[in-house]
Amino acid sequence: MNTNGTPDLSAFDGIDFDEAERRNVVIIGTGPAGLTAALYAARANLEPLVFEGTQPGGQLVTTTDVENYPGYADGVLGPEMMEDFRKQAERFGTDLRHGSVTAVDFSERPFRLMVDHETPILADTVIISTGASAKYLGLKNEQRLLGRGVSACATCDGAFFRDEHLAIVGGGDTAMEEALFLTRFAKKVSVLHRRDTLRASQIMQERAFANDTIEFLWNTVVEDVLGENAVEGLKIKNVETGETSTLDVTGFFVAIGHQPNTELFKGWLDMDETGYIQTLPDSTYTNIEGVFACGDAQDHVYRQAVTAAGTGCMAAIDAERWLAEHGAIDGVRTQTEYHAAPAEDSDGGMAVQG
Amino acid sequence: MADNAKYVTLTDANFQDEVLNSDQPVLVDFWAAWCGPCRAIAPTIEELASDYEGKAKIAKMDVDNNQQIPMQFGIRSIPTLLFFKDGRIVDQAIGVVQKRELAAKLDALASQAA
Repeated sequence: MNTNGTPDLSAFDGIDFDEAERRNVVIIGTGPAGLTAALYAARANLEPLVFEGTQPGGQLVTTTDVENYPGYADGVLGPEMMEDFRKQAERFGTDLRHGSVTAVDFSERPFRLMVDHETPILADTVIISTGASAKYLGLKNEQRLLGRGVSACATCDGAFFRDEHLAIVGGGDTAMEEALFLTRFAKKVSVLHRRDTLRASQIMQERAFANDTIEFLWNTVVEDVLGENAVEGLKIKNVETGETSTLDVTGFFVAIGHQPNTELFKGWLDMDETGYIQTLPDSTYTNIEGVFACGDAQDHVYRQAVTAAGTGCMAAIDAERWLAEHGAIDGVRTQTEYHAAPAEDSDGGMAVQG
Repeated sequence: MADNAKYVTLTDANFQDEVLNSDQPVLVDFWAAWCGPCRAIAPTIEELASDYEGKAKIAKMDVDNNQQIPMQFGIRSIPTLLFFKDGRIVDQAIGVVQKRELAAKLDALASQAA
């Protein structure tokens, strides 16, 4: 697989790295993968520096109940769980900072990073945990009406649509969760799905089917969003019959899946055709030595909080061992209890969920 | 809420005075406690409030406690950031936006300030 073109290094023009802060491990992203990597790297005395990115806590901060993260017997709210992750990582000395890595130069070690377009940082290893973001349909008027009735976050915006008729497009667990959430406010929620069966898990399907406020429009695609200053309807098409019609809704929620946040690494890292970073089997190694990838940025199969956390743990261990072999910054210990007594550090649990 | 907050806390009652009648450009962040992306952008808003002290007013309105103004301005998504100048909306940003993008918008407004 090629590396999608040549890296653009223009962001580094005129930037002086002589005085730049140099770190053993820089972690990019603070979802379950990044914060678990931070926890393990911090416990390994690597003093990880973590950049929160544009959505601290990752995708889970826009969800409601998390019922499938082991250890929370009664479930937990997504934002609260990420607060717990953050506190646990900080307890062992994680250096967590606001800001986003906006450019990378992986051509030699230490790697060069730019933070918020202005601050240079040198990193001996980089752990990528940038996750994924909600996808939009790419319709003509979708972005124009964003915030005016078009939304990719039901939990953020649902309350603004009391007693209104809403549409949500998608057929996965996220779509079902958001549809169910929207029924708290909406008088009716139409779920639009391009097929006649859902991708969502059985339990989420059953909940959605049992809810009288939700109607399903099968084999239906959205062709455009209608409205001048606010959403007034959708132009929809039945793909079986080819018939088009207008659906009178005032809110349009998009839950059609995610795309990996890996634009920054194009030209450096091997990716599949949809932008997921490719890692070496049974590891978090990328094609560049010293750069590791974990979580949804490299996983289009499982995409669970627990699998992200699992690979985050793997990335920290991979980075630590790599630093032990290739040398870290003077004075920082890299031989830790993992190597001395791996059995003691079993609190991370299994890395991969079946 | 941060101590020594430099941003202005808006209500339906003080909106006219603090925003529409303001001599300075005003950035209004419509937010709610339960909104993840609002929390994500909160530190940026606080930083801007310090950075632009004396040049622009940075204000926050909790949409749970105040419904009249958000409805009046057709807020359908949070965080929504509206930029006011001379009592009118002159710019906006929706969702989690980078600090430099907001700073650029504020710079543009502050430089034209009379």
